[in-house]
Amino acid sequence: MSIKQISVFVENRHGRLADITRILAEENIDIRALSIADTTDYGVLRMIVNDTAKAKEVFKANGFAVTVTEVVGIEVPDVPGGFNNVVEALCSKGIDIEYTYAFLSPKENTACVIIRVEDNCAAKEALADANITLLDEKTAFSK
Amino acid sequence: MKNEYLSPVEGASREEIREIQSKRLRETVERCYNNVPFYKKKFDEIGLKPEDIKTIDDIAKIPFTVKQDLRDNYPFGLNAVPKKDIVRVHASSGTTGKQTVVSYTKGDIDRWSECAARALYAIGTRPEDKVHVSYGYGLFTGGLGLHYGAEYMGATVVPASTGNTKRQIALLQDFESNVICCTPSYALVIAETMKEMGIDPEKLPLRAGFFGAEPWTESMRKEIEKSLSLKAYDIYGLSEIAGPGVSYECYAQKGMHICEDYFYPEIVDPDTLEPLPEGSYGELVFTCIGKEALPLLRYRTRDITCLTYEKCECGRTLVRMKKPKGRSDDMLIIRGVNVFPSQVEHVILSMGMEPNYQIIVDRVNNLDTMTVCIEMAEDLISDSVKRIEQAEKELSAAMLSTLGVGAKVKLVEPRSLPRTEGKAKRVIDNRTF
Repeated sequence: MSIKQISVFVENRHGRLADITRILAEENIDIRALSIADTTDYGVLRMIVNDTAKAKEVFKANGFAVTVTEVVGIEVPDVPGGFNNVVEALCSKGIDIEYTYAFLSPKENTACVIIRVEDNCAAKEALADANITLLDEKTAFSK
Repeated sequence: MKNEYLSPVEGASREEIREIQSKRLRETVERCYNNVPFYKKKFDEIGLKPEDIKTIDDIAKIPFTVKQDLRDNYPFGLNAVPKKDIVRVHASSGTTGKQTVVSYTKGDIDRWSECAARALYAIGTRPEDKVHVSYGYGLFTGGLGLHYGAEYMGATVVPASTGNTKRQIALLQDFESNVICCTPSYALVIAETMKEMGIDPEKLPLRAGFFGAEPWTESMRKEIEKSLSLKAYDIYGLSEIAGPGVSYECYAQKGMHICEDYFYPEIVDPDTLEPLPEGSYGELVFTCIGKEALPLLRYRTRDITCLTYEKCECGRTLVRMKKPKGRSDDMLIIRGVNVFPSQVEHVILSMGMEPNYQIIVDRVNNLDTMTVCIEMAEDLISDSVKRIEQAEKELSAAMLSTLGVGAKVKLVEPRSLPRTEGKAKRVIDNRTF
């Protein structure tokens, strides 16, 4: 029950991001969440989209360097301390978070958090132990 | 200073010089044929015998030698003397990390030192002067070359080598050196540091400097002269032949006098290899008629220049060469280090990547910089910047280790580098020499 994330290499050149978003628009691909990690020369754009396979195909055809990664999605009550519980649950089991980003769930008072960890299974176990709900793709994309 | 030179041969008549050259060529050809299997084979292949070489004009009968021959016979395969006669070994960077190794006998060192001494003398250095040598000391011929040259002519050597610029400047002030020898780039670093330290170069007794080991333009020369308040002279050498001193500018600065009594020059067409007439631009070829350990015959330098035999206003009759225009191969000189695009290619391939790359060379703060743009590929892309950075670091480290000089690795979009049917433009050199 992992979430598929698509990552695209974006050279730090004027208009490069627009090239990417244009493709998604033209192919009718919906972005649920995104984040971008940037360095001096380039960025890595990470997205959760509603059709990962199509997005990968289309980006490759257009000459982009892409990769798909399985990340862990978590449902978090939208209250102070909600995210802290997640972080503590993982930390206490010695699990490090490589990166993370969040978006609001269509469910009321709920947020979705994406985390990248080294061992998805261990992370899911740690979260289950703390009674934290995992996110599945269907829920992630429900409107 | 007219008609003042260190060795009598510098002002000898052309006939006398020809006599010396013919004699030395005959001796050298004998030595090569009898002692170097590589040359015996080359001669036998075309039915050439040492006795067929009677005068210097017969040199065109001799086959050429190229850098690859040195690499193929690394490290001592082309030596013409036994091990016990070798007193020194120098080396330069070569592709795939293999260096070009050049051995010297005591006689070779003496003759090379004489050439470097002639050079220093030509720009006004005399025994009462002090020569500050800021070329690197080591396998590189620059430092030891000028060092021995200065000692040969009785001047005082300050063997400063490179680095620790502030201390170098302190030495220049305290020891009151008159002549400095270093790369043009380092000269500007010294000038810059002096400025930072608030030291006025005009107050230093530095009068002149020899700069070389990398290409530099007339504008660079003016820049050095202005910022260090001295006269900047050109000196030439290449490790396969001998270090600095193979040729040198005199005070007239109308080309560099070649020590042709030891290193016989020819200009050939780089494509047909036919000798070209005086004044034509072509590839510079040297025959070492004064070397015992590694007497290379008709060695193709890949430098493009032209020669003039007209007597110089300084009184010297030795042939003059213009500053090399460029190279007929694609070698780059970055911060004094020889770099070939094929080395970069090798590193990329050895890391299992496609060699879709381009080398961008720039000049930043008077130092050469090298950026290797590599196309992002399937096997490199990651969701994690950390992992991409790790790959960049590995590439950078591999470059440094193989090339001997640091290069920045810049990842670019796939298929963003120009593709061509012919030779890929692997190098963009933005340095304006």
